[in-house]
Amino acid sequence: MIELDKVNKWYGALHVLKDCSLAVSRGEVVVICGPSGSGKSTLIKCVNGLEPFQGGRIVVDGVSVGDKATNLPRLRSRIGMVFQHFELYPHMSALENICLAQVHVLKRSRAEAEARAMELLTRVGLTDKARAYPGNLSGGQQQRVAIARALAMDPIAMLFDEPTSALDPEMINEVLDVMVGLAREGMTMMVVTHEMGFARKVADRVVFIDEGQILEDAQTEAFFAAPKSERTVLFLSKILEH
Amino acid sequence: MKYNWNWGVLVEDPYLFWLLSGLEYTLLLSLSAWVIAFSLGSAIGVSRTLPLAWPRKLATAYVELFRNVPLLVQMFLWFFVVPELLPADLGRWVKRDMPFPEFWTAVVCLGFYTASRVGEQVRAGIQSIPRGQYIAALATGLGWMQAYRLVLLPLAFRLIVPPMTSEFLNIFKNSSLALTIGVLELTAQSRQIENYTFQGFEAFTAATVLYLVITMIVMLSMRWMESRTRVVGMIGTRR
Repeated sequence: MIELDKVNKWYGALHVLKDCSLAVSRGEVVVICGPSGSGKSTLIKCVNGLEPFQGGRIVVDGVSVGDKATNLPRLRSRIGMVFQHFELYPHMSALENICLAQVHVLKRSRAEAEARAMELLTRVGLTDKARAYPGNLSGGQQQRVAIARALAMDPIAMLFDEPTSALDPEMINEVLDVMVGLAREGMTMMVVTHEMGFARKVADRVVFIDEGQILEDAQTEAFFAAPKSERTVLFLSKILEH
Repeated sequence: MKYNWNWGVLVEDPYLFWLLSGLEYTLLLSLSAWVIAFSLGSAIGVSRTLPLAWPRKLATAYVELFRNVPLLVQMFLWFFVVPELLPADLGRWVKRDMPFPEFWTAVVCLGFYTASRVGEQVRAGIQSIPRGQYIAALATGLGWMQAYRLVLLPLAFRLIVPPMTSEFLNIFKNSSLALTIGVLELTAQSRQIENYTFQGFEAFTAATVLYLVITMIVMLSMRWMESRTRVVGMIGTRR
């Protein structure tokens, strides 16, 4: 469903992605981890064309992302994305946040969009917050609304860019629970995260990336039990000890 | 100093009528110019934030041109020079047949000048929004125009209500410069009353009070608007 083939990206002279190849098939959950500055967020933003890349190919559901002729807004409307800092629109209520793209991109009627939004708010446990503004929601609640906003487009895949990094420890689980639920339902997911517990629980594969290179791409058990590269061993020893 | 105060002159015929007519011109001139300033200024502010090179360069050039030349000089340029630069027929029409030539010239001049300032406010407003908002809007499949219209501009306009209030107030005050090209607005009428009656203190006091009333009304209505559109949880707002 998502295929990256020798993707290369430069910021000026800085080579941030080096020959990254990766495939995610339908229903698969792939966790991407790595030290900060390794290029994992950049990589995931290339998948829906939010970051341009200079070399290689990315194909999502048969559509080539880097192709000039590709209708990027259309492609993006089919891929949900969740961000580290939630990025809810602060001047709209939770309900309006979830309805906006449904109405203006999918051309659903107001009533249809609201019905779908309420369904999703129920799913993330925030029915009573439909009329609340982001400024009055906790981080965990905002992120759950953001997930609902992405799901409202009925995406074929979901991209998560460090969805729990900006959250208080107490709120991490309420977001992870929603993500685990999604994974179990068979949603195709690419998740950039340091939550190794989440990776062990639902990931089919774990990818380790450092300095723009994919150093490890293995089945979850194999990744934790017998990592191949030394850099991965070092990384895991640092984050798993605690 | 010996001065014969005579406040009664302000309600005498025809001076009362002159004042009111001046007030009417000040309001019409300022509000018409504001329509230009707001719409053109918004377009310029947006253009200055676009990734497209040409609109950005054009908008930047516009801003630098119009905010760096004194407004008074601009009044004279529009009134005396621009008609000569137009194609002959159009120039003749502007000079001879256009209704209320001073008034409409002043509207265009004040509108274009203020647009450069409004443009800068709009640009500052858009650029103060975290880039993640725009990225998030694109990620849901909105096009860049939709992202501007539905997310960035509604937010930016809320953020810039205070500096826009200043611009809106300025346009009423700057409209007094239109008297130099012959628009009989409030300041011009006060001067005329002084010329006819030698009661300059009374006439200019009346003008001052009328300007104050206008600006107070503008200020209060902008404040009311600001509280109506306040974004929950943003800096400087109550929850």
